[in-house]
Amino acid sequence: MCTACEELVDPKQIQLEEIINKHKHQNGPLIPVLQGAQEVYGYLPAHVLKHISKALRIPLARIYGVVTFYAQFRLTPVGRNLINICLGTACHVRGGAKIVETLEKELKISDGGTTEDRRFTLEVVACIGACGLAPVISINNEVHGRLVPESIAGILAKYE
Amino acid sequence: MAENQRILVCAGTGCASSGALPIIDILKEEIKRQGLEETVSVVGTGCQGFCEKGPTLVIEPQHILYTRVTKEDVEEIVSQELIKGERVERLLLIDQTTQKPVSLMSDINFFSKQHRIVLHNCGVIDPQKITDYTERDGYKGIQKALKEMSPEEVMEEVKKSGLRGRGGAGFPTGLKWGFCRQTPSDKKYIICNADEGDPGAFMDRSVLEGDPHSVIEGMLIGAYAIGADEGYVYCRAEYPLAIKHLEIAIKQAEEAGYLGDNILGSSFNFRLNVFAGAGAFVCGEETALMASIEGKRGMPRVRPPFPAVSGLWGKPTNINNVETWSNIPHILRNGAEWYTQFGTEKSKGTKIFALTGKVNNTGLVEVPMGTTLREIIFDIGDGIQGGKKFKAVQIGGPSGGCLPEDMLDLAVDYDTLTQAGAMVGSGGLVIMDETTCMVDIARYFLNFSKKESCGKCTPCREGTTRMYEILDRITKGEGKEEDLDTLENLAYTIKETSLCGLGQFAPSPILATLKYFRHEYEAHIHDHKCPAHNCTALLSYTIDTEKCKMCSLCAKNCPANCISGDKKTNTPYVIDEDKCIKCGTCMDKCKFGAISRA
Ligand SMILES: Cc1cc2nc3c(=O)[nH]c(=O)nc-3n(C[C@H](O)[C@H](O)[C@H](O)COP(=O)(O)O)c2cc1C
Ligand code: SF4
Ligand code: SF4
Ligand code: SF4
Ligand code: FES
Ligand code: FES
Repeated sequence: MCTACEELVDPKQIQLEEIINKHKHQNGPLIPVLQGAQEVYGYLPAHVLKHISKALRIPLARIYGVVTFYAQFRLTPVGRNLINICLGTACHVRGGAKIVETLEKELKISDGGTTEDRRFTLEVVACIGACGLAPVISINNEVHGRLVPESIAGILAKYE
Repeated sequence: MAENQRILVCAGTGCASSGALPIIDILKEEIKRQGLEETVSVVGTGCQGFCEKGPTLVIEPQHILYTRVTKEDVEEIVSQELIKGERVERLLLIDQTTQKPVSLMSDINFFSKQHRIVLHNCGVIDPQKITDYTERDGYKGIQKALKEMSPEEVMEEVKKSGLRGRGGAGFPTGLKWGFCRQTPSDKKYIICNADEGDPGAFMDRSVLEGDPHSVIEGMLIGAYAIGADEGYVYCRAEYPLAIKHLEIAIKQAEEAGYLGDNILGSSFNFRLNVFAGAGAFVCGEETALMASIEGKRGMPRVRPPFPAVSGLWGKPTNINNVETWSNIPHILRNGAEWYTQFGTEKSKGTKIFALTGKVNNTGLVEVPMGTTLREIIFDIGDGIQGGKKFKAVQIGGPSGGCLPEDMLDLAVDYDTLTQAGAMVGSGGLVIMDETTCMVDIARYFLNFSKKESCGKCTPCREGTTRMYEILDRITKGEGKEEDLDTLENLAYTIKETSLCGLGQFAPSPILATLKYFRHEYEAHIHDHKCPAHNCTALLSYTIDTEKCKMCSLCAKNCPANCISGDKKTNTPYVIDEDKCIKCGTCMDKCKFGAISRA
């Protein structure tokens, strides 16, 4: 087989194919496939949704309905590091709003935004289950707790 | 030291974030280096329930608790505690009442006043090892069920135990199983609801992370009683560690013959799948959850038909909460009679509460039903942080209510709390002190419900938004005389006409705060004051010229440039109220306490 062509195939495309094949035959494959695809691409680009629609034989409109219903799915790319700021009840009463304020000021973006250098994306969430350490944020699923506004700069510096 | 010791290092989500993971490896190395590996073993456990004081570490068999351990402390713990048997005092918990360090868990109210049934393995075993579970009687419940009991007998046992659903509504579990069992069908499903959407509750996360096999065993027993051969655990995507531990546990259970075909040599078959949610609170509602597994938008539908008749893919389905499932193995192992000794007449057993907010000891607390709020908050929780005054406790999340000081002696069970205008719900207890504004809390919850409303029915979709807008106006000092009546009217209408629990209970935080803290609403509306000094728009900052030393620090730091004064000309420092954005910087900066907030 000609090896030159193989390099032309997008490795992400191969991973997507694998995800689709893994779930295709199970009941209700759509959400696991979308989750897998988002893991590969970082978000759900239009061409990926079209491809999933064909592969799973689910109308694109229905897929779009599902994607926009769930908070987890993103239609736009995220920065290299995803910051989830918790504003669940425990974090709210322990000053979560001050943490949001500090992060927004520090990064000059607001909820849902991405910095110009694509280093950070900011998302406000309700509870990541580390309420005992409120207020908390998580960056790329790494939890940072017992925060005060002063600790933010140091934490951000750890993420490139 | 001759005695064998086990060191339990918490590796749950909370402690991992406080730096627990490197401690485990360093500890193992240090133990080897100091020649103790024959007698001392190190176990990475799930959540020990005391996350705020994490990373926590427990030394068995004495049950010595170390808190806020860092990797730099490891050497000292080994040479002082393990070799010499002397405490490392600076790492011990300080009792807030006596201000003295305490080392034994039996002397710490947070632990000694709990009664851990569901949490009995959490923080004690390595959740990634099935043998740790079986050594502590794990899978004995399903063995007993399969070998000695018919499905009907299992169901009777659960009915007799009086167990009620821990997911919120408190529906009797045995009764629910019976409905599903009675429906004739070639295929039935059972589901574990691990969507844990209530912001401020994390017991389901901890059980799945710290003792996943107990949930699997509970589901096995349920499946046997109901006649189901397939199950799902619907876990929210925000809990990656819980999903990981559950997947490991399922694999081990399959290998050990507890899952699959002909379980333990019987004719009983059961397969278990994990489904990761995609971030929608409403998917905790059972019909929405099933729509989500089917790959649809997670919108609730009208019941009947109830899931027991037509559930997942139209098949009879039984759904229970994580904590409910996790109670089952204990009931089977020890018998219903044993179980009924805990709790009150109509609420049996224990309940796990997530104690958070302005309380000294935050964490997971498992107590018999019927324990009073005062015991939970002041004995186990050790009172309010920073010596402040207790104001309210919020119970049951966005569907629950806030209760004031004079309700603290209420015994916590399903019926008492509902009567008082709150609910057990998931078991989130958020403690609020004098600095928490109750109008703001109502606004907070309505904002949550408004965002999470799926939009299917109008009262909930439009109503939560309208109620939020009114509350938002009130916190900004723009409240109107008629607002409270409008809120009450809206609340009752929405309660009665919404399709699912989200809408039906969304007004609860408003109704409860109006009932117990009406004066705070009135202060906002009539006097334009926030008694808790929390609502920014209603604050005013003033400089006390008597105390002011004219250092100019406040003026230099004011982002709005609205403080003026001059030492040279002896012009007193004053704040221009019209320009002030109430950021509070000046008050934080003043070293002489000359600036006050009202
Ligand atoms: C909006 C909404 C959210 C819910 N969220 C959860 C949840 O996160 N976890 C849960 O176990 N039950 C939740 N429930 C309750 C479930 O619908 C269901 O009653 C419960 O899982 C039944 O289990 P149980 O009988 O063991 O309590 C929710 C209900 C509603 C209306
Ligand atoms: S009450 Fe709210 S969440 Fe429930 S179905 Fe209606 S709109 Fe959706
Ligand atoms: S509260 Fe903020 S804006 Fe107002 S006077 Fe003080 S520093 Fe300036
Ligand atoms: S910081 Fe305090 S002491 Fe200094 S000028 Fe301002 S009010 Fe006066
Ligand atoms: S409320 Fe913030 S982690 Fe739970
Ligand atoms: S995660 Fe360690 S005590 Fe909860």
